[in-house]
Amino acid sequence: MTVDPPLPTAMVVMRGITKAYQRGNQPVEVLHDIDLDIPKGDFVALMGPSGSGKTTLLNLIGGLDKPTSGTVTVAGRRLDQLTSGELAHWRSTSVGFVFQFYNLLPMLSAQKNVELPLLLTPLSGAERRRHASIALELVGLAGRARHRPQELSGGEEQRVAIARALVSDPQLLVCDEPTGDLDRHTADEILSLLQMLNAEFGKSIVMVTHDPRAAEYARHQIHLDKGILVPAPTHGA
Amino acid sequence: MGYLGLVFAGLFHKPSRTALTLLSIVTAFTLFGFLDGIRLVFSRAADNSGTDRLIVTSRLSIIQPLPIAHRNRIAQIPGVAQIAYANWFGGIYQDRRNFFPNIAVTPVEFLAIHPEIVLSDEAREAFLTTRTGALVGSALAQKFRWKIGNRIPLQATIWPQKSGNNTWLFDIVGIMRTRDERNQQYAGEMLFRYDYFDEGRTNSQGTVGWYIVRIEDPALSNEIALAIDRLFANSDSETKTQSEKDFNLAFAKQFGDIGLIVSAIMGAVFFTLLLVTGHTMTQAIRERIPQLAVLKTLGFSDVTLLGVVLGEAFAMMLLGGCLGLGLASIGLPLLSDSFGGQLPPLSVSARSWSLGIPLMLGLGAIVGLPPAWRAMRLRIVDALAGR
Repeated sequence: MTVDPPLPTAMVVMRGITKAYQRGNQPVEVLHDIDLDIPKGDFVALMGPSGSGKTTLLNLIGGLDKPTSGTVTVAGRRLDQLTSGELAHWRSTSVGFVFQFYNLLPMLSAQKNVELPLLLTPLSGAERRRHASIALELVGLAGRARHRPQELSGGEEQRVAIARALVSDPQLLVCDEPTGDLDRHTADEILSLLQMLNAEFGKSIVMVTHDPRAAEYARHQIHLDKGILVPAPTHGA
Repeated sequence: MGYLGLVFAGLFHKPSRTALTLLSIVTAFTLFGFLDGIRLVFSRAADNSGTDRLIVTSRLSIIQPLPIAHRNRIAQIPGVAQIAYANWFGGIYQDRRNFFPNIAVTPVEFLAIHPEIVLSDEAREAFLTTRTGALVGSALAQKFRWKIGNRIPLQATIWPQKSGNNTWLFDIVGIMRTRDERNQQYAGEMLFRYDYFDEGRTNSQGTVGWYIVRIEDPALSNEIALAIDRLFANSDSETKTQSEKDFNLAFAKQFGDIGLIVSAIMGAVFFTLLLVTGHTMTQAIRERIPQLAVLKTLGFSDVTLLGVVLGEAFAMMLLGGCLGLGLASIGLPLLSDSFGGQLPPLSVSARSWSLGIPLMLGLGAIVGLPPAWRAMRLRIVDALAGR
């Protein structure tokens, strides 16, 4: 992993974050007093064992959930203060999501899956189709636009999902185990694609993974254990 | 792809299930179209009634004849303007399946009392001057391809001729139409002259089936009806006098309370439809919770998602409902034809559509609201995690 010079402004700033869920009558605290800064243009791998709170932290960064206490500021917006409707609008313009199991709508073609986020914009139908075509071309799937998800390989599905995340040109991509369902070779292709988006298009990327080889594609690694940020474990520990 | 594309993509997520659900909706609305069309025919018979006309029948039964001598006595009652009389003939043209109403009437008075019947001057003149002349309704003429000048035979079922011949011959002298095209009362009927009928039949000369009385002031119809019935009280031929509307309603009710029957059947059909489509919609949305969570993740607001799911329910109901009413629009005239003129021409009216479309939207709202509400309320992180 190469070490880059510090980036000037922050994409994600979290202060005093705790997150608790109610399990039966018992509140269960998943994240404890977390402070985190991720600069703009960074590519961060969020690592940790199962149940450490990685996905919960990612959901807070992506505006899918709100913290129990603390502040979350992403791209200059205080997400913890937004209403549900404001959060939805913020997600549609500011963040792209990539999931482990792709989460494409099976009844829509690749092209239409990519167009989905643009339905929320004032773009015309022709403009939406053009933007979606560009995004598919960017991920190398221009020739598969008319295929439905069940007609694509896992790697191709994930590329469509990345195109969908990119199509509204957000500055931040949040990826939850994007290679968890892929073979090594395909996973490398997807990670290289993410690396290219970060290096050439300046996209900030936060990627949850428990695969150390996947994490090596990121500029930085953050480790989480039992809901707190911890130093990176040393090899052989 | 716009929102409509998204709605239809969701609707046909499982094509075979959606097709079966649509089939049940199509069936329900086809049935609705048929039954409402039939109900309208019965109610229209009453709507088309003249407000200034009374019908006088025997108090015992509509088939019991009245003496022709009643005419002059009724005419003396204050407020009575004009009197016609008529008799049911019940003749058959070629085959019993060709049944249509054929009625002997007093030509001058009947046409004067029924100004809604439109005839050419030539036809009117010919009817008044041709002893064997007959007027046929436009639908009847079309059905049998009759033209003015045709001579047609009717086989008597009640009234044989004095000569012993059962076949009566009539000359078509005019085609009846009505001023209001929605009034199809005469479209399937045949009228001919009472004098030809009365002189030709073997028995019951000097009697009539019923009187049609035009009154000067419709507001006095009750008083005049009572006066007529009082006039013949305790006689051999007591009368029952009612407004033409009441008479037509009573006639229609011989077949049962059509409105109530239709409402009961449709109530049962739509209740079943609600259960079937409601269950299907709920199951379909439950299966697609992760997909809906993805839409929310991408930035679709709660209200937008509510609209998308409700849109699916409305689209399904409107698609199935319009197909059903469309099928009824094609099938009802065919059904009408198969009755061989016993019913006036049937069709799915604008009224059925104006009742049907709100019904589709109402059913769509009832069926779609619970799953739409669930979709709106779902928490993204729980739904994505499969909780």
